[in-house]
Amino acid sequence: MEHANDITLTVNGTRVSRRVPARQHLVDFLRDELGLTGSHIGCEHGVCGACTVRVNGEIVRGCLMLAVQADGCTVDTIEGLSDAKELEALQKAFHERNALQCGFCTPGMLMAALDLTKKNTKVTREEIRAHISGNYCRCTGYQAIVDAIEEVVNGQG
Amino acid sequence: MGKAELPLHAPGTQVDRGYIGESVPRPNAQRLLQGRGAFIDDLRLPRLAHVAFFRSPHAHARIKKLDFEKARRADGVIGVFDGRAVAEYCKPWVAVLGHLKGIKSPPQHAIAIERACWQGEALAAVVAESRSQAEDAVALIEAEWEELPVVVDMEESLQNKTTIHPELGDNICFNRELDTGGVEEAFAKADVVVEDTFHFGRHTGVCLEGRAILADYNAAEHSLTVYQATQAPHMMQDIFSRHLGIPEANVRVIAKDVGGSFGIKVHVYPDEMATAALSIMLRRPVKFVADRLESFLSDIHAREHRVKVRLAVSKTGEIVAFDLDDLTAIGPYSVYPRTSGIEGNQVVNLTGGPYRHQKYRAKMNVVFTNKNLTCQYRAVGHPIAVALTEGIVDLAAQKLGMDPAQFRKINLIADDAYPYTFPSGLKFEQLSHHKALDLLLKTMEYSKLRDEQSRLRQQGIYRGIGIAAMIEVTNPSPAFYGVGGARISAQDGATLRLEPTGMVTVMCSVTEQGQGTEAAFAQIAASAVGISIDKVKVITGDTGVTPYGGGTWASRGAGIGGEAVLLAGRALRSNMLDVAAAMLKMDKTELDVEKNYVVNLLTREKKIDLAELGRVAYFRPDTLPLDFQSELTVTRHYTPRQYAFAFTNGIQASLVEVDVETGFVQLLKHWCVEDSGTVINPMLVDEQLRGGVVQGIGAALFEECVYGPDGQLLNGNLADYLVPMAGEMPDIVCAHIETPTRQSQLGAKGVGEAGTAGAPGAVMNAINDALLPFNARVTAMPFTPERILKALKKV
Ligand code: FES
Ligand code: FES
Repeated sequence: MEHANDITLTVNGTRVSRRVPARQHLVDFLRDELGLTGSHIGCEHGVCGACTVRVNGEIVRGCLMLAVQADGCTVDTIEGLSDAKELEALQKAFHERNALQCGFCTPGMLMAALDLTKKNTKVTREEIRAHISGNYCRCTGYQAIVDAIEEVVNGQG
Repeated sequence: MGKAELPLHAPGTQVDRGYIGESVPRPNAQRLLQGRGAFIDDLRLPRLAHVAFFRSPHAHARIKKLDFEKARRADGVIGVFDGRAVAEYCKPWVAVLGHLKGIKSPPQHAIAIERACWQGEALAAVVAESRSQAEDAVALIEAEWEELPVVVDMEESLQNKTTIHPELGDNICFNRELDTGGVEEAFAKADVVVEDTFHFGRHTGVCLEGRAILADYNAAEHSLTVYQATQAPHMMQDIFSRHLGIPEANVRVIAKDVGGSFGIKVHVYPDEMATAALSIMLRRPVKFVADRLESFLSDIHAREHRVKVRLAVSKTGEIVAFDLDDLTAIGPYSVYPRTSGIEGNQVVNLTGGPYRHQKYRAKMNVVFTNKNLTCQYRAVGHPIAVALTEGIVDLAAQKLGMDPAQFRKINLIADDAYPYTFPSGLKFEQLSHHKALDLLLKTMEYSKLRDEQSRLRQQGIYRGIGIAAMIEVTNPSPAFYGVGGARISAQDGATLRLEPTGMVTVMCSVTEQGQGTEAAFAQIAASAVGISIDKVKVITGDTGVTPYGGGTWASRGAGIGGEAVLLAGRALRSNMLDVAAAMLKMDKTELDVEKNYVVNLLTREKKIDLAELGRVAYFRPDTLPLDFQSELTVTRHYTPRQYAFAFTNGIQASLVEVDVETGFVQLLKHWCVEDSGTVINPMLVDEQLRGGVVQGIGAALFEECVYGPDGQLLNGNLADYLVPMAGEMPDIVCAHIETPTRQSQLGAKGVGEAGTAGAPGAVMNAINDALLPFNARVTAMPFTPERILKALKKV
């Protein structure tokens, strides 16, 4: 039997306890153990950002963090933040501007974008582009994503 | 006049276009925004097993022995299978087409038997209770090899010193020659002759979602349900049926959400066929999702061309003749069922496409190598034909001391010259090159940019402006694949059903991978029927539900599927009016449908709510005349016929700044003018263009599958293989001309590939324009800083 650990964490506001293999990364845990399939896997080597989730308020790459490292943490995924309406403004702007095509990158992209809105300052397009440069999108060409984020961030700022 | 009733492009009439031409947000995007889509890897089935593949570490090797002993005993393993075992359930295929004369390729198995012909070819399958257990067991497979000589370079392959498949005689998969005659004379007489050789790197699609399939065999019914990330469910249904020996009616292919495709997910992949076979063998559902590393080794690659081109020009700047020699390498097999001969074929068909010369000669060879297979990826052949045409055209203009825009003005086919037959035999219905060029120059403020360019040059800032005109194949007729014997449908169908609540359900054989086809169909259906768009629900991607059709490829979804939806929508509306006429005891011709009501045609007075019409038709037909039967489900199909393709045209421009010390290229801005006929949803069309442009920029500047001399892929991961990131992409300005195709009532042509087709040429010309003061020139994509510095003789 491979090495396993007991962990307890809060995911989208709910406490969960599981025995997890030591080598399992956080997105596999969220997807396979908890059925939270909104966080996606695009590379599993920390490049594409499709797996971005929020751990203790900070965005992380779910494929670069082990599930055991999330023991005791608060984890938020696209599902939870959608239900909590935290992403509402961004989702609306993304929808209206068609800032998604296949939608595979979108949950991670929204996580990265939300992080930027939290800074509460106006940003330039270049800053937005730099901020989401760790989130690959193969479909959109990024412009509509930048437009949508700009609208939301600078609208609030 | 009813909604969208006449041809939408009927001259001299006012047609109520409804939602057509409106930037409606995509209704189906909501679930994706909340992470509540259904990609294949999100599905869970009882007794689901997972497969991982043992892939060849060698580019070319005979398998002396595969030892599964340890793997079979590993935790969670259900079974380990070699090529022979799988071949008992899955017949091999040979990817040739009748109309590509002489094309040849050996039989290919789902799991290779005896020999591996590229690094990454699957040689064994391990099925286990989880993917990680399957991967663990793959690592326990022991193999003995006899390494064979490796053919990596395409020029070497052409010389045939080592023949990869001795039974085929040589390494040539396919070749083609085309000659209009008079080419030699034209070159002999020409005032100016320019010549260059262009290299196009091998790259790949990098869909963010890897290829994915979940095959679920039901032994009791001898039926197979396949959930697959595919662009062409009906094509796959046919292929699963024929190769796995299951009656076609017992095979159902379902494509739910697909995480990008770009042509990558329209081919038959051995590992996916093996997954379906394993489900039959094990009588349980089996899933395969390609991880990123195996995607690089096994998703089709594309391009890898070396093209020599010569251009003959008069001293007044008229193009007289093109002479082309293309060589391309496709890996060890032609890809099933579309073949790997099409990209080269397209280069021959399309080179020189926007211009009005009449003399053309082309020679093209497609050769085998021991690298991953190549096949049709977004814009197939176009990026090559466009870049080499536009590159050589710019060189001619430069030699004549002419402005590149002016040179194009002289040579672009006149807007009133249609219908027009191009020297390669292609027929153009109606293009708008001159209008597009004028609009481009105006939009980008061309002369202002030129002034700025020369001013900055004085300050040692090197900017370049590059233009690329193009034509593009869209809405293909059966001439593309069907005539060659491939069971690939050129027609599509749409079923529209009025629900009792007054909603309309649309089922269409064209699939959605994010382009927005479902939104476009909702717009068309709502407009044709006369209802609001929130009353429309669209279902695609299920062979058990939709009419038969080709799916999504070659920029055909909106133009062909959309026409089927339009025709079905009009027919449904007419049938609804029959019901209304019976209910109201009025004549059908006095009635119309508008905003979810049957209305009086003349007074527009509301007569019946469609929910009421549905209620009566479905639940109280006893109140209707005895001889009346309502038909509130209709199906219509559409096949383009008159022209082999509905060609579109477009023109792009790129503004770059080259740092001549570091070789870095900064993209400052990009413009794209496109004529794709009737625009159904301008926002979605622009986003298709932009996404396509960025993929084209990737090809021009970053993306290349680099192979070592031993046939090893050196950069097969997302850290080393560079794809465009947000930070380095420019804003892209789109503008449109609308020349509807008169072959359909809708008038829409395709747009999904245009950006990718034109961008590499525009970027290349911009870089070379920037390098002009140094007499330097780059012609090998991708244009890495190193290549640029080499051209500048700095390294
Ligand atoms: S899957 Fe984690 S960064 Fe790509
Ligand atoms: S929308 Fe497809 S990857 Fe971003």
